[in-house]
Amino acid sequence: MSAVVDEHDHDHHADDHHDHGPAKGLLRWVITTNHKDIGTLYLLFALTMFFVGGAMAMVIRAELFEPGLQFVDPAFFNSMTTMHALVMVFGAVMPAFVGLANWQIPLMIGAADMALPRMNNMSFWMLVAGVLLLASTLFMEGGAPNGGWTLYPPLVLQPITVGKALPFAIFSVHLLGISSIMGAINIIATIFNMRAPAMKLMDMPLFVWTWLITAFLLIAVMPVFAGAVTMLLTDKFFHTSFFNAAGGGDPVLYEHIFWFFGHPEVYIMILPTFGVASTIIPVFARKPLFGYASMVWATASIAFLSFIVWAHHMFTVGLPLAGELYFMYATMIIAVPTGVKVFNWTATMWKGAMTFETPMLFSIAFVVLFTLGGFTGLMMSIAPSDFQYHDTYFIVAHFHYTLVPASVFILMAAGYFWLPKWTGHMYNEKIGQLHFWLSVISVNVLFFPQHFLGLAGMPRRIPDYAVQFADWNMISSVGGFIFGASQLLFLYIVIDTIRGGTGEKVSDEVWEDASKHSLEWTLPSPLPYHTWTTPPVSVPTEHVLDSH
Amino acid sequence: MALGLGTAHADYTLNLMKGVTKVSNDIYDLHMLILWICVFIGIVVFGAMFYSIFHHRKSKGHVAAQFHENTTVEIIWTIIPTLILVGMAIPATKTMLELSDVEKSDMTIQVTGHQWYWDYKYLDSDIHFESHLDEASERVHRTVGADPRSVPNYLLNVDKPLVIPVHKKVRFVLTSTDVIHSWWVPDLGWKKDANPGFINEAWTLVDKPGTYRGQCTELCGRDHGFMPIVVIAMEQVDYDAWIAKTLEQQKQKPDLSDQSRQQLLAHGESVYLKNCVGCHQIDGTGVPGLIPALTGSAIATGKWESLDGFLRAGTSKMPKFEKLNAKEFAELMTYVRNSLGNKVGDELQPKQTALPDDDE
Repeated sequence: MSAVVDEHDHDHHADDHHDHGPAKGLLRWVITTNHKDIGTLYLLFALTMFFVGGAMAMVIRAELFEPGLQFVDPAFFNSMTTMHALVMVFGAVMPAFVGLANWQIPLMIGAADMALPRMNNMSFWMLVAGVLLLASTLFMEGGAPNGGWTLYPPLVLQPITVGKALPFAIFSVHLLGISSIMGAINIIATIFNMRAPAMKLMDMPLFVWTWLITAFLLIAVMPVFAGAVTMLLTDKFFHTSFFNAAGGGDPVLYEHIFWFFGHPEVYIMILPTFGVASTIIPVFARKPLFGYASMVWATASIAFLSFIVWAHHMFTVGLPLAGELYFMYATMIIAVPTGVKVFNWTATMWKGAMTFETPMLFSIAFVVLFTLGGFTGLMMSIAPSDFQYHDTYFIVAHFHYTLVPASVFILMAAGYFWLPKWTGHMYNEKIGQLHFWLSVISVNVLFFPQHFLGLAGMPRRIPDYAVQFADWNMISSVGGFIFGASQLLFLYIVIDTIRGGTGEKVSDEVWEDASKHSLEWTLPSPLPYHTWTTPPVSVPTEHVLDSH
Repeated sequence: MALGLGTAHADYTLNLMKGVTKVSNDIYDLHMLILWICVFIGIVVFGAMFYSIFHHRKSKGHVAAQFHENTTVEIIWTIIPTLILVGMAIPATKTMLELSDVEKSDMTIQVTGHQWYWDYKYLDSDIHFESHLDEASERVHRTVGADPRSVPNYLLNVDKPLVIPVHKKVRFVLTSTDVIHSWWVPDLGWKKDANPGFINEAWTLVDKPGTYRGQCTELCGRDHGFMPIVVIAMEQVDYDAWIAKTLEQQKQKPDLSDQSRQQLLAHGESVYLKNCVGCHQIDGTGVPGLIPALTGSAIATGKWESLDGFLRAGTSKMPKFEKLNAKEFAELMTYVRNSLGNKVGDELQPKQTALPDDDE
């Protein structure tokens, strides 16, 4: 703290004649190039899509509440599972992390803004266009895509399965891909070029590190997905046969290409959560992160491994024995760096002086429940066992544990952690705690029974099921409805905090000694529209080696 | 929790089932081994974490230590998990080798996935049949408010189960005619994808006679949830008798004698439920934008000869129905033309729809 030069833009307005606030009126939000405005746009858009995708999940859980046909036709059910996944992945979780990156990276590295502010604006609006295009397919003849978010051919190419939606969905994927790639380029350019001169790479907060690594993953794999769906497009409309055996192609080729994208993609949604958890836990444990360097290396190792394990999604497609064994071993290795992360968070908490405000509660729940998802992931990495688990509710339980009480909980934690800084208002801690306890209980009621269902033999993506699966489905649905309803509390808290919250004026640090951990807490609360117009002269060193 | 507990739980389980083959038992053991290792690690890690959460609180006046970075600790918690993983990989590799060894089989069955049923071809004898969801489940799952608990083995029953002998190594070759399906019977211990245009191999050796049920596990379109698998494993004698009986039945010519209108309509409905309902729906209304309605359709209600030709030829969307016999054609066409909201008023007898070579 003492090392930070206290020279923020509000201190030198006099000589800063080109310093200006936001544009007037609603047009501000359309034309803005300010990283904070764009971060806000991303976050609000992601929150909206969280509720849209959540509504789809409610349709799914309502139909599965009891065996038999209740509400929706099987094809519409398939559209719901497909769209729920696409909306949550590309509309909610990824944009939310880009929003966090937009707000936090410049603040944390002492940069005035993102390196490429106009491209920043463009990547947000392209995201909106892509998601709206995707959503429009819901109203098309033949309905929205219903071949699963993996879009496996030949199913998605079949005239009896998909109507007019396919080319729109593919174009939407292209737009989302371009948006993500632009976002990633921007983040990389910002981190490499805009850091305060005092900040070396190994001084960067872990959130910045994890996003840097994530951005490289995005640049590497989004074009692969774009290529895969383009091949679907040409197979459908231009008589190519990439995935059609009758023309010399192979449907399994698509699965390889998809998962070469898909596996890094799931890490794109989890690596930034590692960064956020590694930021929040030390603050509330009042202790430095246990192993900063090993956390950086573990993140990089996980990112590298994510490129060489894709066929563990395909153990049952008919891989040769050598393939089964290789992908099994490679996947098992991921447990090592992931273990390092979990041990590190635990060691960070050990002998701290912990307090349990809402961000910390969500972060602890993240560590525990993500680890549960990791355990089932390890179980699934065992190829012979996966011959039983594959495509059952066990898998659904696994990846929802890594996405909902992991990615989504950390996004909630980040919201509670940084909203007071961004708005200058404190959220209502009581409602925050209520939101946490409702969420953490209901999310387990929702997803834990799905392990039992999968092991007992219930396949995923079915709208109706044998009666022996009835009880756990009903319990899971009840959990789902409570979880869904509880999230309205979060919406309330976000709106309430923006509009003044508890009325308590927060300090610049917000959280006790937070400024020891990261630069943004040395800035005034609420944050001025422009920050770090002069870079900080030195940076917090608490999270790095003592010898530094 | 009390809400749904009145149901019958024939196969109610929380854990993976052990199954009835050596491989499925080996997989069960692997599953349990890794589960217990995870539970153990979980207890250690979460135990430490929760101890810390309860004791290292600011509210209890605990003062934060400031230690961090310890290379020895880091090395220990990298090496121990690695060793545990090696311990897991050894039995996993053994089981994987076993699973993939399709050599020296006693017989081979070709499994073909279709939207939305399976067909089984015994390559060592001349047996070949389709296996569809049973009619009772078919009616209930398509009707809003119908009670699934009224149907025994709801959605897990078929009209013709696959029959195999016990104590024989049965090799399966799996493929598909349309999209990717996946053939899974949990009691056998594995699933395997059926890919269109390619052949996958798998095998089983069942120790215990019995009826084993499973389902398609790769999303294959609107009726993915409605193409179950039933395998009956029999003692060799019973199996031989079944083979003889089935071969005899296959040789029988369809009965082309005239039927009453009621009979034609009732039989026609069964043919419809088996072959048409997946796309054209239970009320014949099709799916807007994807699948044409039969209700009021010019082809369905036009000259029966052209409908007959249309069914046999198929279209780019619809498979050829050459597989149906004259009896089934007569029943189906009578049903489609005089039900599902259509009222052509005719009835077709098997003799009318028979092709010249059907008469022999």
